Amino acid sequence: MDSIQKNLLEQIAGIHEVPQGAYSLRINGSLYGKNSSENIDIVKKEDKPGIDIYIKDGTKNESLHIPVLLSQTGLKEIVYNDFHIGRDCDVTIVAGCGIHNGGSEASEHSGIHSFYLGENAKVKYIEKHYGEGDGNGQNIMNPTTYAELAEGAYLEMETAQIKGVDSTDRVTKAVLGKNSKIVVSEKIMTHGKQFAKTEFEVELNGENSGAHVVSRSVARDDSEQTFVSRILGNNKCTGHTECDAIIMDNAKVSAIPEILASDPDAALIHEAAIGKIAGEQLIKLMTLGLTEKEAEEEIVNGFLR
Amino acid sequence: MLEFRNVSYSAPNGREILKNINLTINERFVAITGPNGSGKSTMAKLIAGIILPTAGEIYFDGKNITEEGITERARAGISFAFQQPVRFKGITVKDLLSLAAGKNASVSEACRYLSEVGLCAKDYINRQVDGSLSGGELKRIEIAMINARGTKLSVFDEPEAGIDLWSFNNLIKVFENMYRRTQGSIVIISHQERILNIADKIVVLSDGGIAEYGSKDEVLPKLLDVQAGCRFTKEGV
Repeated sequence: MDSIQKNLLEQIAGIHEVPQGAYSLRINGSLYGKNSSENIDIVKKEDKPGIDIYIKDGTKNESLHIPVLLSQTGLKEIVYNDFHIGRDCDVTIVAGCGIHNGGSEASEHSGIHSFYLGENAKVKYIEKHYGEGDGNGQNIMNPTTYAELAEGAYLEMETAQIKGVDSTDRVTKAVLGKNSKIVVSEKIMTHGKQFAKTEFEVELNGENSGAHVVSRSVARDDSEQTFVSRILGNNKCTGHTECDAIIMDNAKVSAIPEILASDPDAALIHEAAIGKIAGEQLIKLMTLGLTEKEAEEEIVNGFLR
Repeated sequence: MLEFRNVSYSAPNGREILKNINLTINERFVAITGPNGSGKSTMAKLIAGIILPTAGEIYFDGKNITEEGITERARAGISFAFQQPVRFKGITVKDLLSLAAGKNASVSEACRYLSEVGLCAKDYINRQVDGSLSGGELKRIEIAMINARGTKLSVFDEPEAGIDLWSFNNLIKVFENMYRRTQGSIVIISHQERILNIADKIVVLSDGGIAEYGSKDEVLPKLLDVQAGCRFTKEGV
């Protein structure tokens, strides 16, 4: 790994070298290294780019890192990663993509992730997207996530796209069984002429299933964002979707929440709010001695924390 | 320390809220009181620089600060506790105390500021200053922030509102401790007799002007009389 790649890794995973334990590291379109552990088996796909991950039943307190780095301009790839998580597992999966584009051609990574959570499995999935580079080439990331939760499973997704991604079109779909739950927390900041669209669709099929989807975003400069969320309550279930956006400069934000209940015991809520930073928040921080610019940064950083 | 010279303020709609105010504040505790709509909060905002006078001049430590903005005045040593504290998303109590103190507040410092306003630091330090906190909790955190700043002039806009469960004695102790540390002036906008009772000077605003100004002993008896005759509000029996 060169220093650019090491920096990308630091940005998306907070580490400088190949991760400890089970990992799969992909650099510039090919598998750089992988390591299976006793309970986590990583198998390279033969028919298309990507890996299959098998986590044994009952695996507890283990983590898996699957970072992707792109530092070669103009590279376009689609990668398929399938996660088969056994029953009663409790694991953390850290994914993420960092692109450094110093050239004039667009670099693009599309990760297609499928999660199959066994009964009572608990997964925390953390994903960071980051882009940089001094060229004119765009950094594009189009992640697709599909999750199937068996009875009693729990999936917590934390996704963040804070800087440097010019265009993103994220699709997340989840299908929930009995007593299962998904909690999604998304943080997005766009600047310049960036565009970000995120789309969530959760089918609450099982009795007592639940979904909690929260998106917080900041749109600056001339950037555009669209947030779409659909929660379908097909059984006795609870669903909540919330989009909270700060709009600045000449940005545009669109929030389209939809809740659809087809069972009388489905309790679904949607909330969406878009607005500029409240003047009183700026004034309060300025009375503590901050300049208006500093106050704005504090408010935005806190909001996206 | 602080001086208003012929200060007037008219709202953007043209309504005159403060008329030709002349006032010098040097004392330890100065209470500003008066009926609703008499211009008390406007006066506090003029001191903090949130609004600028439409006429007249404001001096702080001998320097003309009339045209200075909020940040400059805050840095010069003016603090302002809002009547209605502001909520933030994602910003924690510790963040605000750190910003107020001008440095990263240590846990023990934050603990000192919070315990002084009757909050247990352990329960609050990492809480977000958002809708999950009650009005009374926010109010106390607001006061703790002013404490953390420790500037020579602190202005409180109705600090007692919403903290009923916490005794006035404690609030008064906070002001006394603050004075001991800052040796500055503390301006308190209040309707409460018990707060007016600790004031070295009381300013009574009425209809945009100063109706009474003087020591507690001079002003307070007249004010209490008002309850019966409503001398300052002119709406009495």
